[in-house]
Amino acid sequence: MTRKVTIEENIQSANDQLAAENQQRLDQAGLFSINIMASPGAGKTTLIENTLAKLIPSYAVAAIDGDIATSIDADRAAEAGATAVQINTGGQCHIDAHMLQTALRKLDLENFDLLLVENVGNLICPSSFKLGTDTNVLIASIPEGDDKPYKYPSMYQDVDALIINKIDLLPYIDFDMEYFQQGVQMLNPDLTTFTVSCKTGEGINSWIDWLIRGINEKKSH
Amino acid sequence: MHELAITEQIAEIAIRHGEQNHASKITDLYLVMGELSTVVDESVQFYWDIVTSDTICEGAKLHFKRVPALLHCLDCGKQYQLVDGELQPCPHCQSSKMEIVQGREFHLESINIV
Repeated sequence: MTRKVTIEENIQSANDQLAAENQQRLDQAGLFSINIMASPGAGKTTLIENTLAKLIPSYAVAAIDGDIATSIDADRAAEAGATAVQINTGGQCHIDAHMLQTALRKLDLENFDLLLVENVGNLICPSSFKLGTDTNVLIASIPEGDDKPYKYPSMYQDVDALIINKIDLLPYIDFDMEYFQQGVQMLNPDLTTFTVSCKTGEGINSWIDWLIRGINEKKSH
Repeated sequence: MHELAITEQIAEIAIRHGEQNHASKITDLYLVMGELSTVVDESVQFYWDIVTSDTICEGAKLHFKRVPALLHCLDCGKQYQLVDGELQPCPHCQSSKMEIVQGREFHLESINIV
């Protein structure tokens, strides 16, 4: 005889549980952590390099880089002075909380001030998998076009900060900043936004100040 | 392409609850999916047979209940729905400040077991 069993369990509950464990681990270490998401080519690794150039040696920074294959990104982060761990997702389009947990075990978390997690380049899947970091940051770049908030709403909705990168290309590309910002506003009013160029260095300092505030706040807790 | 991971999680939850209830077989799964959840039900269906072969879920039918998105305007306080699945300003006052009240859910509501 068939019988109904009521469940009401969130499909992502297993991942959410592991994310909560990661958060707890990072809190214990007083380590300020950031999950950086963006489409491929938006400038995630270049932003990390620019960030490391400003923070090292005053701050100890760890970088965890997620990619389907290769260790190119972790190599670049290590070259720029971070202690880097590469995660190869084996075809998976995002880092999940379990992968991050495995990578965290390879680091002495107490020895760092900042953890930068570079997610797999993708504007859809990473938004569905919480990692347990303090903040989620999205990089949007000018050449991607001004319609991205409208086309990838879940990504724009869930982030705590937005970096608009490659603003040095604005004179060459039809990018309607007002239209873009209106989309962002709809999805995530009052989102902290930085407009930067990793090429010229414009705007990078306010991003760095924001990071340092985060590091200090986390340490004082 | 995160539907494979999602499908594995659905199977894991269903099997766990099925075993707790001493099921010899799970025949139906009732999933609730918000209009704004980023999961494609056709893909989940596609992976389902592969993920569940040789488990108590094998052959179980997936039922998807779609929940429409509901938005709340932060300026005039009225609620409104999406038109053609697209986000747009409030139709009452044209404000673009809004919050999503409903439409992002994704959970397993119940299963039928034998």
